[in-house]
Amino acid sequence: MLLELVGAPLAAAAVAAGVPSNARRPWVLPLAGLAHLALTVRALTHAPGVELGGWLALDPLGRLILGFISLLFFLCSFYAVGYLGHRLERPNRLFCAAFCAFLGMMSLIIVSHHLGLLWVAMEASTLTTAPLLYFNRTPRSLEATWKYLLIGSVGIALALFGTFFLAYAALHGGLRSTLFFEDLVRDATHLSRPWLHGAFILLFVGYGTKMGLAPLHTWKPDAYGEAPGVVGCLLAGGLTNCAFLAVARIYQVVCAAGEGPWARSLLVPMGLLSMATAAVFMARQRDLKRMLAYSSVEHMGILILGLGLGGAGVYGALFHLINNGLTKGVLFLAVGNIHRAYEGKTTDTVSGVFRRLPLTGALFLAGFFAITSSPPFAPFQSVFTLLTAAIGTGAYVTAALFVLALNFVFFGMASTTVAALQGEPSESARATPYRDGWLTGAPPLVFALLMLALGVHLPAELEAALRAAAAFLEPRP
Amino acid sequence: MAHTVNPLLVAILLMNLATLGASRLRAVIDIAALQGIVLGGLVLLAHEEADLRAALLAAAVIGIKGFVIPYLLVRAMRAAAIRREVEPIVGFLPSLLLGAVATAGALVCARTLPLAPAHQGDLLVPASIATALTGFLVLTTRRKAITQVVGYLILENGIFLLGLTLIEAMPFLVEMGALLDLFVGVFVLGIIIHHISREFASLDTGRLTALKE
Repeated sequence: MLLELVGAPLAAAAVAAGVPSNARRPWVLPLAGLAHLALTVRALTHAPGVELGGWLALDPLGRLILGFISLLFFLCSFYAVGYLGHRLERPNRLFCAAFCAFLGMMSLIIVSHHLGLLWVAMEASTLTTAPLLYFNRTPRSLEATWKYLLIGSVGIALALFGTFFLAYAALHGGLRSTLFFEDLVRDATHLSRPWLHGAFILLFVGYGTKMGLAPLHTWKPDAYGEAPGVVGCLLAGGLTNCAFLAVARIYQVVCAAGEGPWARSLLVPMGLLSMATAAVFMARQRDLKRMLAYSSVEHMGILILGLGLGGAGVYGALFHLINNGLTKGVLFLAVGNIHRAYEGKTTDTVSGVFRRLPLTGALFLAGFFAITSSPPFAPFQSVFTLLTAAIGTGAYVTAALFVLALNFVFFGMASTTVAALQGEPSESARATPYRDGWLTGAPPLVFALLMLALGVHLPAELEAALRAAAAFLEPRP
Repeated sequence: MAHTVNPLLVAILLMNLATLGASRLRAVIDIAALQGIVLGGLVLLAHEEADLRAALLAAAVIGIKGFVIPYLLVRAMRAAAIRREVEPIVGFLPSLLLGAVATAGALVCARTLPLAPAHQGDLLVPASIATALTGFLVLTTRRKAITQVVGYLILENGIFLLGLTLIEAMPFLVEMGALLDLFVGVFVLGIIIHHISREFASLDTGRLTALKE
């Protein structure tokens, strides 16, 4: 049952590569999304056991992220049809195939319970996203892809180094050498401490690079800035969450070994550093997509901070993972529409979005309020949970810095957002053919409604899933 | 095992320093190739008794790291008709000093890591950390796309050295790690290098500066 989650998107990728018509090919994507969503629902309701002798399994944390990613991809796949319909001059065979294969690799990251396989899946996801970033074939997108691949590969290499460290920790601890997640957690107390510490640092930095945590975030503004909006959405809402899952896995092993406090003392400053870095670079940012990229750096920092706070913080971080993903869905898809309508994405060319694209403008504004944690949207709830968690554990300095960074980010984002939304659109922007349509308007609208709904009312099922995932991640003794 | 492995590891450490000191692009590629060949030899020595599987892995490592990648890099270098100097951001002497400091640091650092009885006395762990650090240095202090790929290869070589301590315990992981990463290093970065040379008529990543704050 879990193998299909990986196999179905890969099969869809093969089909997409085989469809001859440039105009019809993108419709493979929603079909792949629908199939994956159906398989996900089945996996979530039927609780599948371990597969392939323990290599694949679906734990509570995986359930949460798998459910979210499947929904994210499903909505993005419709948008992709609309987007590619506006870009028919460009061959999209490689794009469509890589788009589907990327979903398969994200699913593999989520269900793999062997840290070696997890690493392979992470590496493969880097490969499958490269053609998505390079879709526009411009020198700028080439530069972005080069940086993405080079920095991403270094991160992946460090993660492999860390994986070897972890394997050696098991070998030295006298365990049958293993990288199965269950074995590592069960026998964590026997792992050799110096090797385990080294492994955590290397894996955290390695997978943290994929998450886009400062200071190894430099690929992110370039990649998100040059990628089509829908790709940015999948990266910021999907891949980064998968990388967070990888960090959470190793954190869990370290916690099981009784080194939780040590790990948390590293996670909290790293989370704050990412937030501060984002706040600095977001000020006077004229490029809307780069602004969103820094926002992603900020929110990855929030997730890591939440993990580092422990207890209620872990619950808040997992809730925020969903909320941030939904909000990034609104923002990246809206900015993709703006990019099409204005043929530019900086405030030099973009102004008066409210007049030019009323729906997109309204969605972008809602997304802006949501991502800066204003009520009544869902991120407000999770950020508030994290703040209460910080104060509850007596981490007053952390709480103060957290609020300070949030405020600076609000300030930086507000000036750019207002500049883009208000005013009069230029003559050239009025002349472009793009209009908000069903395919490019409805997906961000659905994301926005979801993010509003979760802010007003948290369904009992989702809350139970969040509690189960948090309890799984940090078992209470 | 230590007495057979250690001389080769010392050779690898010296090659690290040689890469940092080399001023010709071709020399950097050749040293990295040689390091790959030595690594292949180490695969055979790391096994208690060399079997067919070990021989195949050694052959693959020597073939890919020693010949295929260097050949592709040299070809990219010729195709782009770039200048044959390394053009470092940090000078050769400071890089050599940094390399020496990294090697010494790795030796000190490795002392804090306890070793399994089978690996007492050999230099695999310090050599691994030192080589990985050298790879980092080359990656960050050299400007050209080709030298960055070489830096990445050296980083990979360092990781592979640590993998050798695990090759008896989990051969599959080590083989997979080594071969898959090579695939990325060469195949994808090679393709991108090709595009860069076509778009920018240069492999100087210093020209990739449109995107910055």
